[in-house]
Amino acid sequence: MSQVSSPYLAHHFEDLEQQQESASLGMWLFLVTEVMFFGGLFAAYAVYRTIYPGPFHAGSHLLDVRLGGLNTAVLITSSLTMALAVHAAQTGHRKALLRYLFLTIALGTVFFIVKGFEWHHKYVEHHIPGPSFHYEGPSDPHRVQLFFVLYFCMTGLHALHVLLGIGAMLWLVLLAYRGKFSTEWYTPVELVGLYWHFVDIVWIYLFPLLYLLGRH
Amino acid sequence: MSSYPVPQTTPIPEAREGSSGSENHTNYLSAGYTLKSWLLTVDHKRIAVLYLLGITFFFVIGGIFALLIRLELMTPKGDLVSSDTYNRLFTQHGLIMIFLFLIPAIPGVFGNFLIPLMVGARDLAFPKINLASWYMFMIGGGFMLAAIFTGGVDTGWTFYTPYSTTFANSSVILAGLGAFIVGFSSVFTGLNFAVTIHKMRCPGLTWFRLPLFVWAHYATSLIMLLGTPVVAITVLLVAIERIWGVGIFDPRIGGDPILFQHLFWFYSHPAVYIMILPAMGVMSELFSTFSRKPVFGYSFIAASSLAIAIVGFFVWGHHMLVSGQSEFAGLIFSALSFLVAIPSAVKVFNWTATLYKGSISFQAPMIYAFGFIGLFAIGGLTGLFLACLGMDYHVHDTYFVVAHFHYVMVGATIMGFLGALHYWWPKMFGKMYSEGWAQFAAVVIFLGFNFTFFPQFLLGYLGMPRHYHEYVPEFQILHILSSAGAMLLGVGYLIPGVYLTYSFFYGKKAPANPWGATGLEWQTSSPPPTHNFEKTPVVTGEPYDYSRVESVPNVAS
Amino acid sequence: MNHIMPGHIVPVRVYLAVFCALVVLTVLTVKVAYVDLGLLNTPLALGIASVKAMLVVLYFMHARYSPRLILLVVIVSAFTLILLFAFTLSDYLTRGQIVLPIQ
Repeated sequence: MSQVSSPYLAHHFEDLEQQQESASLGMWLFLVTEVMFFGGLFAAYAVYRTIYPGPFHAGSHLLDVRLGGLNTAVLITSSLTMALAVHAAQTGHRKALLRYLFLTIALGTVFFIVKGFEWHHKYVEHHIPGPSFHYEGPSDPHRVQLFFVLYFCMTGLHALHVLLGIGAMLWLVLLAYRGKFSTEWYTPVELVGLYWHFVDIVWIYLFPLLYLLGRH
Repeated sequence: MSSYPVPQTTPIPEAREGSSGSENHTNYLSAGYTLKSWLLTVDHKRIAVLYLLGITFFFVIGGIFALLIRLELMTPKGDLVSSDTYNRLFTQHGLIMIFLFLIPAIPGVFGNFLIPLMVGARDLAFPKINLASWYMFMIGGGFMLAAIFTGGVDTGWTFYTPYSTTFANSSVILAGLGAFIVGFSSVFTGLNFAVTIHKMRCPGLTWFRLPLFVWAHYATSLIMLLGTPVVAITVLLVAIERIWGVGIFDPRIGGDPILFQHLFWFYSHPAVYIMILPAMGVMSELFSTFSRKPVFGYSFIAASSLAIAIVGFFVWGHHMLVSGQSEFAGLIFSALSFLVAIPSAVKVFNWTATLYKGSISFQAPMIYAFGFIGLFAIGGLTGLFLACLGMDYHVHDTYFVVAHFHYVMVGATIMGFLGALHYWWPKMFGKMYSEGWAQFAAVVIFLGFNFTFFPQFLLGYLGMPRHYHEYVPEFQILHILSSAGAMLLGVGYLIPGVYLTYSFFYGKKAPANPWGATGLEWQTSSPPPTHNFEKTPVVTGEPYDYSRVESVPNVAS
Repeated sequence: MNHIMPGHIVPVRVYLAVFCALVVLTVLTVKVAYVDLGLLNTPLALGIASVKAMLVVLYFMHARYSPRLILLVVIVSAFTLILLFAFTLSDYLTRGQIVLPIQ
């Protein structure tokens, strides 16, 4: 075994492989905690959707499927560009890495803007829970308000994670620009990639559950 | 051929011979004396010491609240404090003891210190995240203290809705944020342990050669990772509902307060296994060393740690048997709760079997171990009483419950903590403590504990509700007995504070292996050098193999 | 000495194929949502979402090319999540089914 240790090897690891596998496992375990964090909200949603099907369908109908669908496409595409960014890092293509990072950031920003539009619509239509909440329709307005409390909590928490992901990618852009990544070491790119894909997966579930159930 | 771990290093001479004088090698304590070298350390051993200071500080505060509670309860009238104040006393006692002591203590101090040593590594997988976990702990604790000093918290440590969301006029949000931040500490710790145990075991150290202390902490890590985030989002939702004025637990819009309880207990029941599993890991080490025998049924104890962690996630509804949850769900949760007792029983039987034909000695760690067995047996068995639906209808929210959980949390977990503290004190600080005083304190603590909490079983059975500071005069004699016990217990806790501090400065220098124990942590000096081992150890034999360890050196103080 | 960081490099065409599959599945899930399939709508929506999630996990997140432990981590977290949902729902779905005799 080579005794020349890489400058990227931290003092407490035996070799790069152990270090990289540890980092990867660490990020996956962190994502497990994120799954359970969102999971509490999804559990609440499952319960209330089950016991209040009518009002929750009504609430769902008040959401814009086209904007939700657009955001789904945006995030899926951003997952592709993120995967391509990791690929570029793995193969040592710095320019491609920067390009795909910028694309992912741009798509994430588009998601955020579309979300802002949606929330603004909700504000205008008095669907934001609180004293100004107003619903006219066949369903119980209280339960419809409950739907919107969950809607804003879930999409809000998700949007926060999108924002943090964009921040992390900006940090990656900085490091990549300074030439810190190479075929020998690109761990942060890989880890942020894992995080970004997780954010995509949450939306993959949020979209049908919030926007699509009850459309028929 | 050689059986147990033979590290590639020669043992450090002065540690063996107990020669006085300064170190030829620096150890982790002497590696720097500035505040910065401590507050910005990434050495897991220093972080463990930082945790020890933090949890001790919070334990004292939580203990003061306990003493005030016991003082109030000496008389049937609510005459020492108002009801509002009393609500704050028990809430804050619970919050501090659970979030700032019981959950972080053994993992934060002994897990951090020992796991890298026990797996033959130079540090945990993520040293900076380890330091971050300590800061999260201290900052979260700071938020808790802020809540206490800006009006207090009176919801009960369980934050039940709708009181906590709508009606409580106290610092619920600050306390909730404190719990949220401390949760990060727990998650970071669990993450670090899990990755370290998976990826950084030294050559030859297969899973089934790991010390059972490590298995226990691995199981604990699983719970920390899977459970903590659920209570985090739940507490956040309570804060949101308080701020926003509307939320998902609000009955006015169709919200169900019981949903809060589901989400809360989904973590908080497994949390009690976060509190007990590390103590059980300690017990495996203590029973083995102080009988000089391998632990009986190693693989069963390892498997039972995992079983407790897993099955522990299936039973949370037993806290809600009278809440209004469906009776059918109550049936399921009750039955599954009986199941989770089985792996615990396996451990108790195996530790007892470890003693059989062992060469038993009664130093302080072993006294705590024996204390653990007795108190955990009572605490665990009374848990079964509570799991039983019919019985729980009568004793839920009475002092029977209070007695049960104090038997397991104080009786068992704190015995585990104190046993660990004495057992690994020589390793951590390179000094021997006064064995006579330690044995005395252990007995005082054991007696004080039982006087405090055994009467509470009787009180609960007779109908004394929890959270009340007024009660019928017939209960007073039992309350006085309990309060007297609490005073004795408090004194018992102070004694180690004195002799351990004394030992830190003036104690006799400790050899590398004062107990003649097996385990990689005893193969390096006391205290260890910053990098733990001169060379990465190679493990070639089974754990708890005493044939390779020299006989116990004379360590009488 | 120039080391290469260990890690499987997934070919770009695999990423593109997965992307196409994700887009197709998204269109599918929207279309199917407007068809009344009764009780089947919800499981179908969740099922399609889960297929999409698995594709992201296996290929974009490299789980297919990572140590087996990673897949175990994914399975354990999914299981724990399902546990939370199932046991919580078991309360709400059975309320009022067993009535205790009142004294």
